[in-house]
Amino acid sequence: MRIYATYNIKGGVGKTTTAVNLAYLAAAESGLRTVLWDLDPQGAASFMFRVKPKVKGGGKALIRGSRTLDEAIKGTDFDNLDLIPADFTYRNMDLLLDSAGGGARKLGKLLAPLATEYDAVFLDCPPSISLVSENVLHAADVIIVPLIPTTLSVRTLDQLTEFVAGFNGHRPDVLAFFSMVDRRKKLHREIAENLSSERWSQVAATAIPALSIIERMSVERSPVTVFAPRSSAARAYRSLWSELRTRTDNTR
Amino acid sequence: MTPGLAGFVASGEDASAWDAVVADVEAALAQGFAVVPERGGAPGGAKRRTWFDTFDWRLYRAGLVLEHVAARRGGELHLTAQEPVWVQPVAGWQPSRPHLPPDLPDGPLAARIVDLAWPRALLPVVTVSSTTTVSKLLNEDGKTVARLLIEYASVLPGGALPPRMTITEVRGYLGQARRAARIVALTPGVEPGTESVLADALRAIGRRPGDYSNKVDAPITATMPAPQAAAAILLRLLDTIEVNVPGVLHDTDTEFLHDLRVAVRRTRSALKLFGDVLTEQKEGKARLTADEVARFAAEFKWVGDLTTPTRDLDVHLLGFEETARTLRAAKPDALEPFRDYLAQRRVREYRALARGLRSPRFTALMTQWRVVLTKLADGKRNARKGTAASLAPGQEIPTAASLATDRTRRAFAKVAKRGAAITPASPHESLHDLRKRCKELRYVLEFFAPLHDPAQYRKVIGDLKRLQDCLGEFQDTQVQIEEIQALAAAMLAANEAPALTLLAMGEVTAGLAARQLAARADFERRFAEFAGQDGQRRMSALLSGGTA
Repeated sequence: MRIYATYNIKGGVGKTTTAVNLAYLAAAESGLRTVLWDLDPQGAASFMFRVKPKVKGGGKALIRGSRTLDEAIKGTDFDNLDLIPADFTYRNMDLLLDSAGGGARKLGKLLAPLATEYDAVFLDCPPSISLVSENVLHAADVIIVPLIPTTLSVRTLDQLTEFVAGFNGHRPDVLAFFSMVDRRKKLHREIAENLSSERWSQVAATAIPALSIIERMSVERSPVTVFAPRSSAARAYRSLWSELRTRTDNTR
Repeated sequence: MTPGLAGFVASGEDASAWDAVVADVEAALAQGFAVVPERGGAPGGAKRRTWFDTFDWRLYRAGLVLEHVAARRGGELHLTAQEPVWVQPVAGWQPSRPHLPPDLPDGPLAARIVDLAWPRALLPVVTVSSTTTVSKLLNEDGKTVARLLIEYASVLPGGALPPRMTITEVRGYLGQARRAARIVALTPGVEPGTESVLADALRAIGRRPGDYSNKVDAPITATMPAPQAAAAILLRLLDTIEVNVPGVLHDTDTEFLHDLRVAVRRTRSALKLFGDVLTEQKEGKARLTADEVARFAAEFKWVGDLTTPTRDLDVHLLGFEETARTLRAAKPDALEPFRDYLAQRRVREYRALARGLRSPRFTALMTQWRVVLTKLADGKRNARKGTAASLAPGQEIPTAASLATDRTRRAFAKVAKRGAAITPASPHESLHDLRKRCKELRYVLEFFAPLHDPAQYRKVIGDLKRLQDCLGEFQDTQVQIEEIQALAAAMLAANEAPALTLLAMGEVTAGLAARQLAARADFERRFAEFAGQDGQRRMSALLSGGTA
């Protein structure tokens, strides 16, 4: 089982759309048994899959283990792809993780039993630096970082890389990509082009353009790769998934 | 997609009403869910499946189901036990014809069934083509919470099967799937689909799993008049003979001939053991004259003799690999000319056999025998109508139970007497003769098996079987030695016998002779187990307590 996490300290950078589309591609096109955990209390990923953002017993039951993750899993409309929905109580997940003990590795332990059933896990993280994100970073094999092409966002990447480099033992691969790239903006073009060549080891060659069809996902409530499979957005996600697998699957 | 939570079928035999039932189900579900067709259709959509089994249902009896699913290129074989499914892609596999087990491509699927089926061929049992449509059942968020699968199937050629409706669960939405299943269950014209498609399809072609067995399971009861019971047993044997003829004539596998021969041998034994009851007087008229019984017995001997040469060669060929493996001095290859010779001989002998089975003489025997037996068996109804009342006192017709006890006792007495007379100095022939008597005893026990206590019966049969195996080994090795010697002479005369082959054949006969000696040494013990004091007590218990 390989665990992928979409992470960025900032919100609105395309974490959820990325998690939703890549998880769908993993299941439908790579044939991996896949589960996506919507960790964001806002429940955007759950919404996209039309699943109610509700977990019996809330985050507390999951973190304390009075209910297993397995019990919370909902099938999506797609073969091979399941979802662990968001729950409003996830907003207190920091406190829950803290009181449950286990520090930054609690989430990894909760996920371990899923290995018999799934080949791929996607974690869609809330934007923050917190015990939750720290748990996610420790649990993940691959951290997928959507970046808006701005100078500041590049600093975030550096900080993250540095933070992960300080882990003892298991260190995830970090792969960033430019998201919501607006080809009409000179700055976007420059940063995207320069950085993906300068930082090729950290930044994917594939960029996801800013396209209205991606925004339509919340109207269609479905991955763009499903409702517009031949769109340039769908092609971009396919290419990102393929690059991600090539670059990270051979590293261990 | 998760497996079906609940399966249903449209009830009734009237195919024209089924579409309305399906429409009613969809309408009922539409009250609780939005019902929309799944984009891209069902996985598999249209399917053409052919089920395979041996003629005697060996896979079915072992709890296995073998299915060929056709595809544009090749197709797949699916073998299902209780749970695991073995899938084996196959190229150029024609589902319309029989396949011998070694035709299966190597793999776990073949490993599971080759030994089980061998030497029987896998025959296509029934073919079903089906189309499945899938509808999503959506909740108020437009989320799929369950699916409705409708499978429209028909047996080829022709013959629609009732549509099967299955509700499948989406993980995490079990409650919704149950609700959907309840809605379907409550729709008029729907009944639970407890049977498999295979079972439905077999029913549609008038068959049922396990409908052939070479066992004699005639419908007899203890109180039935003996002549009717005898006729019922003989009819059952005639059925077995006739049902195996096409398999022999197509040379589908060797066991059709084997089963046919066993049924013929049983018929001859039955005529010998209780043919006299067929000739008993009724209202001054004989049912069948003793001459007629003798004539039928002679005709069945003719059939038996007709089949012997081919079967003997089959036995050699079936055991060939095993025989070649036992060689120590000679190389297995040295036996190849022998195998070729056996195969050639078989072609010739088989031709003669097939001619015989197609002859008017054989056809007439089958027809006349059935007419005679059917008349005798029909007597059962007449006899039942007026039992006792129509019979004068002291003129009782013997019952099946009394016939069974009497003839089994006689057969056992013969075995006990002749076996006890055998000493280490006795000639081969005395053991051969005992083997025949044992066969007769075995047959009479099997004919009347339904009248015996099952536990006592099993014990007696078990001991008898071990004695028969010992005698069989003794005689079969003897026969094989003689045959190999005769074949060697024939091959030599035909200039088809290389020296190395003859030497290897000599080694084979030496191996057979060693086995024969071992069987001879085992005889006293086996005989004592079956016919010693304990054995006699068991037989008495079976005949006094078991039959009623």
